[in-house]
Amino acid sequence: MAVVAELGETVSKLRQAYESSRTRSLAWRQAQLRGLLRLLKEQQETAFEALHEDLGKHRAEAYRDEVGLLMKSANEALRQLGKWMTPEKVWVPLVAFPATGQIVPEPLGVILIFACWNVPLGLSLEPLIGAIAAGNAVALKPSELSPCTAKFLAENVGKYMDAAAVKVVQGGPEVGEQLMEHRWDKVLFTGSPRVGRAVMAAASKHLTPVALELGGKCPCIFDMMSSARELQIAVNRIVGAKWSCCAGQACLAIDYLLVEERYLPVLLKVLKSTMKRFFSDADAMARIVSARHFERLRNLLKDREVAPSILHGGSMDAENLYIEPTILLNPPLDSAIMTEEIFGPLLPIITLKKIEDSIAFVRAMPKPLALYAFTGDAKLRRRIVEETSSGSVTFNDAVVQYAIDALPFGGVGQSGSGQYHGKYSFEMFSHKKAVMKRGYLIELTLRYPPWNERKIALMRHLYRFDYFGFVLCFLGLRR
Amino acid sequence: MAAEVARELRASFAAGRTRPVEWRAAQLRALVKMIEEKEGDISAALHADLAKPHMESYLHEISLAKASCTFALKGMKSWTKPEKVPAAITTFPSTAQIVSEPLGVVLVISAWNYPFCKSMIHCSIDPVIGAIAAGNAVVLKPSEIAPATSSLFAKLLPEYVDNSCIKVVEGGVEETTALLEQKWDKIFYTGSGTVARVVMAAAAKHLTPVALELGGKCPVIVDSNVDLHVAIKRIAVGKWGCNNGQACIAPDYIITTKAFAPELVDSLKRVIERFYGEDPLQSADLSRIVNSKHFNRLTSLVEDKKVADKIVYGGQTDEKQLKIAPTVLLDVPLDTALMTAEIFGPYLPIITVEKIEESIDFINSKTKPLAAYLFTKNKKLQDDFVANVPAGGMLVNDVALHLANPHLPFGGVGESGMGSYHGKFSFDCFSHKKAVLIRGFGGEATARYPPYTTEKQKILRGLINGSFIALILALLGFPREKR
Repeated sequence: MAVVAELGETVSKLRQAYESSRTRSLAWRQAQLRGLLRLLKEQQETAFEALHEDLGKHRAEAYRDEVGLLMKSANEALRQLGKWMTPEKVWVPLVAFPATGQIVPEPLGVILIFACWNVPLGLSLEPLIGAIAAGNAVALKPSELSPCTAKFLAENVGKYMDAAAVKVVQGGPEVGEQLMEHRWDKVLFTGSPRVGRAVMAAASKHLTPVALELGGKCPCIFDMMSSARELQIAVNRIVGAKWSCCAGQACLAIDYLLVEERYLPVLLKVLKSTMKRFFSDADAMARIVSARHFERLRNLLKDREVAPSILHGGSMDAENLYIEPTILLNPPLDSAIMTEEIFGPLLPIITLKKIEDSIAFVRAMPKPLALYAFTGDAKLRRRIVEETSSGSVTFNDAVVQYAIDALPFGGVGQSGSGQYHGKYSFEMFSHKKAVMKRGYLIELTLRYPPWNERKIALMRHLYRFDYFGFVLCFLGLRR
Repeated sequence: MAAEVARELRASFAAGRTRPVEWRAAQLRALVKMIEEKEGDISAALHADLAKPHMESYLHEISLAKASCTFALKGMKSWTKPEKVPAAITTFPSTAQIVSEPLGVVLVISAWNYPFCKSMIHCSIDPVIGAIAAGNAVVLKPSEIAPATSSLFAKLLPEYVDNSCIKVVEGGVEETTALLEQKWDKIFYTGSGTVARVVMAAAAKHLTPVALELGGKCPVIVDSNVDLHVAIKRIAVGKWGCNNGQACIAPDYIITTKAFAPELVDSLKRVIERFYGEDPLQSADLSRIVNSKHFNRLTSLVEDKKVADKIVYGGQTDEKQLKIAPTVLLDVPLDTALMTAEIFGPYLPIITVEKIEESIDFINSKTKPLAAYLFTKNKKLQDDFVANVPAGGMLVNDVALHLANPHLPFGGVGESGMGSYHGKFSFDCFSHKKAVLIRGFGGEATARYPPYTTEKQKILRGLINGSFIALILALLGFPREKR
């Protein structure tokens, strides 16, 4: 009960901070972003330690996927903030002259951000950058499954940023539920579809708008490569995208691979050699986040129908929560490993007669967060873009699209709704208010009752912006 | 029946019928044709449902609907073109673009007050126009409270548009509930906050995104520094010339200073008489209340003597015709229903404050409205208003017009809703902006991959920070790897 009361107080303090207008000025927003940059610079080593503690993440991965990207985003936001905050002028029809129209971005108010455990720093701070840039007060709820990072955030965010308007709330699902009892001006949730449903249902009670970043099974369509060099590069990228992204525990990681059956032997050979090269070192790959997830992944493999399809790898170390990079060949399509998001270092390969069949295959599954395709065939590329739907599509690489600020990041259908990164983050946490101003100079009396046929005739001309016709009609020279 | 409709639309969408731009344009042109050919029928239905004057039907529904179709027809080519965006040094060489694709099969539930508009035009046809322009299949559920318009839709639409992809489902709570149980790719709802919560909760089960166009108490601040006669005319037509106050963006209440109130009330009386004559209940230019349930809801708002005593003009009602005359009240107690709930009718309370600046705090003490209005020539007050009053949209020195500008997003915030539409915003409302990145094999940065040596990490840092030098090094194959 103490927790409930405490949470209630945190929420109302945030609202007070927002109502006091302290988060509105450009200066405040810039100060927060600079504070965040200092945090990431000065506490970088501690951050790496926390990520390593929580996930066994190598510092290179931690920099590449989290810290480095965050610093890039914060710098970009600082650079663009003035531009993003400037109202956009819009065209106003002559009939309304004199008048001006603009779209004014304003903050929504008090934001709640739920972060997932796999990219714990990135998924809390990247949205935070957007929410702050838009002038809101923010509550961050990091996942309890990444406790060291949660603690890191709780200890540092208040020190480097305005503690009255940016707060970190630690705890498990009960705390999350309690937080959702309150009204927020927007909630961003990154996590599983199951919890996403619960968050949206809770939000509906207060009509709180939500953005949901969910996962999905991100397919990788692998077409014939035209040279050995390209094949090697493609496989480098696939192996990197699957196993060097938090051991496959990433919403953007490649979930499964689709390839033509005649091409399989060549692919497998290069896959295995590359995997050996990349992961010769035990600490090159992150570990599984928790015993529960380890069990979940173990069960995917233990399934009697699935076990025979293990082609490579498969060994597990329960004590160290380590699962060897594993390849499976054609597990049954109705098995859990092919219906649920894997979120682990297991890669099923499904063979097809023709690579074009991959389009129908992907369409039969729920829309994923990302779709990958390695192909030099422009026609196939066009068909993939036009005939499939996903949060994003990347050709000849994987996961890197996350680093491009100009591209919106987000899902569609079961993989979520709402997009952020770069200016999309700013927009996600803003309301675009339409503002129109008129003067008293010109007054169109035909708007007013009592109405008659003549007024309607005049209006017809005006609404078609047929000013000449309007004048004629007005002068009685036309009906 | 709802399941069948959803299934059929899903099959049509999956077959790709709604994707070609030619199909979308053909549907929109068919809608324009329908509006032009059946203008008389539409007006008659609106009159049957609401006693809506022909002028209002034309102004607010028919012409705006046509204008929306035309705007979408003109804009569609550029809206459907992919948007190229700068890729980053980090992923050099690559090209990046954003492709708008339809969400799939969408459900549009419309409100009763602007039944035609709300279903096809502006408030509602506008969503349907947007959905079609964006390449979706659509189900429209018109409001059952405007039955003549609802059945007109059900009858007319199949005669003009592709029935396998655009359907009308009529009905009340039961049919709507059945529809809400199906899986849609987006739900667009116009109506009240109470029902919106039910819609959003139902959508949550399928993770369906929603756009909610709700109402609120739209305040009008009237400063003494105005051209009063013009201001009052604009307020009056915005209030009573829009379905007799039954509009989400109609002025709900006025705030002015104690000193200015008497002059304002006088002007209102004169203007109302000019517009509607001495006996407004007899005016053909005044809509009636939609049904007896709402009629009773409205008259009960002024039953309380505390409230009735504050009537300074109007107050006449005709229960048989379901008509209520334009009514002005002064200084109604703030804790009464009239001042706490959205009125949605012809009552116009005036609240007075000492200084006009206090009106901003007053508005902010209530939930965020769909629209907020200010009449003043004082630039500072205008700036203060825009900067400090959160609202869906705002208008200075006029009322409601912003909804006719297709370049302005129309929608609420907070209790007044989420999501916006009109013009290109309707198209965007029903689109998914898919990020597409195309890379080549030219630039291969081995620095990204394990094993992570110190050398690699240095280059990686540089790459992420957009360093050109790091890029060159990476492209040249540094660090050299031992094979």
